[in-house]
Amino acid sequence: MIKPFALAMLALVSTGVAAADTPTTLMAHFAQKTGSPVSALSAARGETLYRSEHPGRAGTSVSCASCHTANPKHPGRTRVNKRIEPLAPAANPERFTDVAKVEKWFRRNCMDVLQRECNAQEKGDFVAWLSQIK
Amino acid sequence: MNYLLRGIGVLTAVGTVSLLAFSLPSGVAHGDGGGDVMPRLTHKNWQQECASCHLAYSPALLPRASWQRLMGKLDNHFGDNASLDPATQADILRFLEANAADVGTSQIGRRVMRMGAKDAPLRITDTRWFVGKHDEVPRAAWSRKSVGSAANCAACHSKAEQGVFDDDTVRIPK
Repeated sequence: MIKPFALAMLALVSTGVAAADTPTTLMAHFAQKTGSPVSALSAARGETLYRSEHPGRAGTSVSCASCHTANPKHPGRTRVNKRIEPLAPAANPERFTDVAKVEKWFRRNCMDVLQRECNAQEKGDFVAWLSQIK
Repeated sequence: MNYLLRGIGVLTAVGTVSLLAFSLPSGVAHGDGGGDVMPRLTHKNWQQECASCHLAYSPALLPRASWQRLMGKLDNHFGDNASLDPATQADILRFLEANAADVGTSQIGRRVMRMGAKDAPLRITDTRWFVGKHDEVPRAAWSRKSVGSAANCAACHSKAEQGVFDDDTVRIPK
């Protein structure tokens, strides 16, 4: 009698684990890596990171906003002109729900924009800014 | 007489079975719609990962050696970092290799190879097949803002996402 119930609960828990991340858990995840509390993350620093221009290819400058647009609630365009769904969770609830995906895109895009990987504080700030946009 | 009839029966049966075996699609790579339709393929990581930045280009458009070169340097993918975790990268490469122009069974792949892609180009747009197919497109059209890049198939090929590239479905934006 107990067994099917336990199995069902187990299934529920394991499917839950696959997509358990939220902006809040991700901020906690990055804050923990910096060794500071979540309250030490800064949405203002996150916005600065998003908008700051860096030297790009062929004399141009590049920022997160180059592809994601100045308003992260708007869809962006990849370099070959394919639509990018909005970054801000307010406009796209699928954002920041999968830590592996988030880390993959930070790795790639920080290398492209900053020519280096982003650290845990920058990632936490970035999520803090985007997730408080209404 | 009886044996003769039976012999004919057996031969007919064998013939029918082998004809069926060769004409029916016996794997994903055989769903080939012909000259201007990409072979119908499904592969989760290929569709999910490649298509997050651009159309998931058909593996039939480049030979195996091209895909190996391309997937070997994803950290500098035409200037962008497109790196993947090793397991996903290996999984996608296996799929690309199995369905490459010189390995898969598609008509398009055979054409790409017949027009000479033996030097393993990295860009589909560098194959003679692609250049020949697009020789009537005015040069200025490629750089229009609405097109953006020759890598943006769907700008003109309205059914590119479905793998359909015949002339009837083309509309070059202004």
